[in-house]
Amino acid sequence: MAISVKVMHRPEPETTSYLRAALSGMALTFKHMVNPAAVTQQYPEEQTDLSPRWRGTHRMEVHADGRPKCVACGLCPTVCPANCIRLVGGEDDQGNRYPVVYEIDEFRCIFCGMCQEVCPVEAIHVGRHFENAEYTRDRFIYDLDRLMEQDHPVTLLWDPSDPRGE
Amino acid sequence: MEFQPISGIWAIVAMSLKVTGMFTVLMLVVAYTTLAERRVSAWIQDRHGPNRVGPFGLLQPIADGLKSLLKEETVPATASRVFFVLAPMLVLAPALVTFAVIPFAAPLPTPAGVVDMIVADIPIGILYVLAFSSLAVYGVVLGGWASNNKYAFLGALRASAQMVSYEVALGLSLITVLMLAGNVTLTEIVWQQQQLGMWFAFPLSLAFILFVISAFAETNRLPFDMAEAESELITGYHTEYSAMKFSAFMIGEFGHMVTASALMATLFLGGWDLPGTWDNAFWYDGQLIKGFAADGTVVLASPALWKTLATFGGFAAKTGFFLLLFIWIRWTLPRFRYDQVMALGWKVMLPTALAYVMLIGGSILVLDEVGVPWGFSYGAALTAVSTVATVGFVFFLDRGRTITGAAAQYAQKVEVKTISQPASAGD
Repeated sequence: MAISVKVMHRPEPETTSYLRAALSGMALTFKHMVNPAAVTQQYPEEQTDLSPRWRGTHRMEVHADGRPKCVACGLCPTVCPANCIRLVGGEDDQGNRYPVVYEIDEFRCIFCGMCQEVCPVEAIHVGRHFENAEYTRDRFIYDLDRLMEQDHPVTLLWDPSDPRGE
Repeated sequence: MEFQPISGIWAIVAMSLKVTGMFTVLMLVVAYTTLAERRVSAWIQDRHGPNRVGPFGLLQPIADGLKSLLKEETVPATASRVFFVLAPMLVLAPALVTFAVIPFAAPLPTPAGVVDMIVADIPIGILYVLAFSSLAVYGVVLGGWASNNKYAFLGALRASAQMVSYEVALGLSLITVLMLAGNVTLTEIVWQQQQLGMWFAFPLSLAFILFVISAFAETNRLPFDMAEAESELITGYHTEYSAMKFSAFMIGEFGHMVTASALMATLFLGGWDLPGTWDNAFWYDGQLIKGFAADGTVVLASPALWKTLATFGGFAAKTGFFLLLFIWIRWTLPRFRYDQVMALGWKVMLPTALAYVMLIGGSILVLDEVGVPWGFSYGAALTAVSTVATVGFVFFLDRGRTITGAAAQYAQKVEVKTISQPASAGD
């Protein structure tokens, strides 16, 4: 194969324009100065429209009487690829299974949304929410109460028969 | 109605008020110029700029100042301590002191007498400005040298060479103004512009251009910020400075910008003069006059509060225009190479300024010999001469023969070469 060396010539003094080029540059910057397109989003005041399929902070759905919908079947810790869900199931005196411990480590979570996909009773969800900064690391392990307190909209799952969400 | 200059105890009161007021206003303008620089640069780059502290970010300079005060002051172990501390002061003081001789509004009538809107109307006006603006270079050099840092020292060397070089062109372009005004007092320069019926930017257009370019170089602003040159010298002479000492350098730089802007406004855009003769006022023979009647008798001026305020607004607008120009150019043009700066200074600015001094001197001589009265026709004739000179200068400069580096000027013409290699098995 051929290697080509291209020698770049500086423009000849006779053909260069310094002042005209500088002035056209000034005109360009002035145009931007008086009419800043302002592509920056003013984040805390202006919120981004999150996609309906945005997968963020988890949320546990609750029954009308305040109990979690979770039946402690154990599918979500099984399917979780990051192994971030800790579930200890229990059974009450009527024989209903409920989660004694349900913890999600938001640091380990990769927000794949498979827990929501696999849940047979639509209890655990990933949500359209991302502002979950905390001051300490241990605050990132969400327990059952904290998951039930979340009130952001939940993620719409991808439907294979309607891939574009129409 | 007879107007007398203010005297006695009230003169001292008025002077104290003017000094305090002007120092405050100057510091505020400097502070808000730093904000304006950041906001305007942001707009030019399609950003927002600092808009979080206070409404529209208006409290940002105060936050910056507080932060500077609370930061740790560091002095390098090998630095020369005395000069290291002295340097920021030497930059800061001349920038603030220079403003004293610039008139900023029409005289203000008070019950005690007429107060001149200038801190010190000293008879050596321009010379005082030149003397003090040259002092600033000592601060830069001392700062760079005392830091005991190679980059700081290089920055200081560059800055001193550049400031000394452009001082020559600056002074020579000033000479035309002094020849035309016939005086070095800034109040009289404003007065002569009022009498001429046009601002000196027109009859002395080339001097105006040279002065603006030199002022950029003198204040170490882009495209002449050789002294800082972040990409080459870290930040040049203030590399080792931190906290309030660094802020002092910045205040000094912006103070110089404000002073240079006010000076350009005064010398070439009529200072506080607004179009029309209603605001003209000048102390002549102990009387505050507006001008001369056709038979040579004086016409008395009638100063008023609203005239003072309006002319102050005009002065602020002109100064603001130059400040905006400083910022606008900084965020448009890239930095010159060092040899280009020197080439522009010595090969273009100095000869042009010298030739222009000769041209204007000759023109003034001819006009005086012919007997053209000092007034609009006098200015128009000079404007015609200057326009020709300016067009020639711009045409010459635009071709870039002088600012193009030596390497490019004498570059050998090398043809595009294509080296062919036989395809090897590895390809």
